[in-house]
Order: sequence, then structure tokens, then C-alpha cells
Amino acid sequence: MGLPLAPGVGFKPQHFAALMQDPGPVAWLEVHAENYMGDGGRLQAQLRHLADRFPISVHGVGLSIGGEALLDPDHLARLKRLCDALNPASFSEHLAWSSHDGAYFNDLLPLAYTATTLERVASHIDQVQTVLGRQMLLENPSSYYRLPESDLSEAEFLVELTRRTGCLLLLDLNNVFVSSRNLGFLADDFVAAIPPDLVGEIHLGGHLDDSGTLIDTHNAPVADEVWALFAAALAHCGPRPTLIEWDNDIPDWPILAAETARVALAMQ
Amino acid sequence: MNEASFAAALMDPDLPAPHGFAVYRNSVTAGLIRALQAGFPVVRQLVGDAFFTAMATEFLRAHPPRSQMMMLYGDALPGFLSGFPPVAPYPYLADVATLEQALRESYHAADAVPVAKTPLGRLTLAPSLRLVRSAWPINGIWQFHQAAGPKPVQRAEDVVILRPEFDPKPHLLPPQGAAFLLALQQGASVEQARAPLGDTFPLHPLLALLTENLAFVQI
Repeated sequence: MGLPLAPGVGFKPQHFAALMQDPGPVAWLEVHAENYMGDGGRLQAQLRHLADRFPISVHGVGLSIGGEALLDPDHLARLKRLCDALNPASFSEHLAWSSHDGAYFNDLLPLAYTATTLERVASHIDQVQTVLGRQMLLENPSSYYRLPESDLSEAEFLVELTRRTGCLLLLDLNNVFVSSRNLGFLADDFVAAIPPDLVGEIHLGGHLDDSGTLIDTHNAPVADEVWALFAAALAHCGPRPTLIEWDNDIPDWPILAAETARVALAMQ
Repeated sequence: MNEASFAAALMDPDLPAPHGFAVYRNSVTAGLIRALQAGFPVVRQLVGDAFFTAMATEFLRAHPPRSQMMMLYGDALPGFLSGFPPVAPYPYLADVATLEQALRESYHAADAVPVAKTPLGRLTLAPSLRLVRSAWPINGIWQFHQAAGPKPVQRAEDVVILRPEFDPKPHLLPPQGAAFLLALQQGASVEQARAPLGDTFPLHPLLALLTENLAFVQI
């Protein structure tokens, strides 16, 4: 059982009552895995109620799959406990690193795209899929700086990872757009370079234009250019489970519901 | 640029960084400051926004998170504040931070089934119960910074944090209340815990407070 070919939202606790009462076009929810690794309390109780009603996508932000070090076995075990308890419809993580030498930076940091890193990331993905006993989706990051060591494009790197590991891709179109502007490539070319059958899910979110640098802030409505890229992606790969992410300056539920209605309309 | 040099430059603004890199440095710093703001709202009110940001920036560079579970990031903040000269005018600040961290721990602590009525003898305390002791009026300071709390008075205060369902709250303990709870935590029965405390110890009001807030749970 995967996610439905319909809109979803990144769940925020302040929207719990509204979602339980009337989710509108929202057919599934994403939760950040790390927020549900406490021992108990309200967040876990909410998640149990939500999981009775909606397919859930568990989205990790802290595994550091793109890191140089071995994966943190304690964190992987926490992810396994969460997935075993919840049996989510999907599990996804990022092509990024976030920990180094015991410090956790709480951010998605870039890696060079080379034959060496490809092999390492592939072995990390293999390990995740083996431990969790499920196929995972890997998300393309938003980028602000291209490491000079890179000799593969991000799209080449992602596609080769799916070939080696059997994982699918979570295509974050806002990230594609943000990276394309910051690093100077064509967003449409990136989407066209991803074979349609590798796209398991799409993310849409808002960004900030800071004097020409686009920053993936998830604090605003989806930009017009990203809606246009979504239309292109739908033409390229057909409807996919599509999530609206809004993580900062979180609006009242009706505003978020309106964004998901726009997703539903585009997918018709 | 390997991971080690990237990581070092994230935390040290004096290290040179290429174009575009600053976005990562800013976003790591801003993200960790946001996590600390969310965890320590009363500390933030006490010192003000600009001071808090400067202090948090010093803290996060000295103590980056060691865990991916950001819900508890800041457990080293009270110790850091104790040795941070700029907060010397706020001698109670570290203890207020300890109280706020204990509230977060309580919020995320394991659920447990309360006992139907207060039994005598040995009691099991809820996993969400926390005890915080201070030479400063930490309960008064915390309450004052909630809506319409009274002004704190200068005295030592011990606090028990209780979470009847999902919302932990601090409660002021009577003198020797902390000693009583510590004894219970170490497995003493009610009778054993109260025995050294003398006849004036307000046992029944304290038991009533704990019972009302579902602090006694099934094993």
C-alpha cells in the first residue's frame, strides 16, 4: 500500500483538530520522523489518531544519508521502531548530510557528486532499506553551493542511486527550482532527466528571494514558477502523491487547505 | 571542501567561506536558535530577544546538538549559563533554564496509566514527573511570565512538574516536599518518606495535589 495519487500536507500539531474535522482535499499526511521519537505525550497520541484515518508518510530529516560516516545505528533503530509501530505508507529521507563527528547540525548539507560518494550513499540506502524492510524514497536537496569536487550532475547521481539500490525518488520541485536559480541550470531540464517511473512522490513548498539567492524557507505559498514546474512534471510523469510543505510562519488551516485544493485541481 | 572543513566553517564565522556557503552557515545558526527559542521562552523573556539571540549563538557554537532529536536540544544550556559572565546579573537564569528543560522532558515523557485511587505503601511516580530544586524563586519567576502571574518573592523554591494528560505544569512544593518526593522516587513508602519530616509536614495537601494530577501510576 503506497500513498494515494492525491494531495497531502506536512502535518503541524496546530492543524490537528481542523484535519480530523474536515481534511478537504487532503488524502494523506507527512510527519517528520524526529518529532515522534520521544517516549510519549501529546504528539504521539495525535499521530496514533491521525494514522487511524490517513495514510502516513514518515519523512526523516536527520539520518545523514549523504554523510561520510557510517549511519548512526541508534538513530536508524529509532526510525525502525517508529516505522514498525506505525507501518507508514511511505518512508523518505534526503540526499544530504547533517551530522559530523558527533555534532548534529539540524540542516540538510550538500555533498559532492562523484563516483566515491555515489558508492557510499548507495551503501547507506541499502542499509536503510534492509533495516527498515521497505523501499525508501530519496529527496533531492535545495542547493546554494556546488562542491567543486562534483563531476556528476545531481540528476545523474540520483538516477544512478535508484539503479543501484532500487529506491525511488521524492522529487521536490521547489528544491529543483531553488537550486536551478542558485546554481545556474534549467529546472525543466532537471525534471526531464528523471525517468517518470522513478518518481514516487512530489513535494511543493514556498521559498524566499534574498537579493537574488533563493532560500528554501517553507514559509510561504508555492511560487508561480514552481506551479508551472509542477504542471511540467505532471505532463512528464503523470499524477503522483503530492505534498504541500509549510514549516515556518505556519498559516491557519484554510490557507493551507487552499494550497492543497490547487494541487488537486492541477492533478485532474 | 570535505565534510570536516565544511562542518568547521559552519560553526566558525571567522573561517573563509565560498560564495553561497553563507546560506548554510546562516540557516544552521538560525535553525538552532529557533529550537532554543521554542524550548526556553521564559529565559528569552527574561533577557530579551537580542540578548537571547547573541547568547544562543555563543551556546550553539560551544554546544552543537549531539542528537537528531531537537525536541530536547538545550540540555547543556543551564550549565553553560552558570559559567557565562554576561548573565551574571541574572543569577537565577540557569535554574529557570533547568525548569524549562524539565518541562520539555515531561512533555515528551512516556505515558502511563494512573492508579484508580491513592494507595498506601509504595507508589510509582509518573514517568513525566520532574523535580527541580532552586535557591531562587523559579516557580514565581516562571508563573510571572505566564499570563497574569503574581510578582515573584525572594526565596528558595522547589518545584514538581506534573503532567495529568499532555500538558506539564510546575507546582510549588512545600518545605521538605522535595525530600519527600526524592524518597518516593528511591522506592520508600509514604510512611517511610514522611517519617523524618516531622509532624508539621503537610502530607495530605501534597498527596492530594499529586493524586489530582495523576502522578501515581500503575507499574
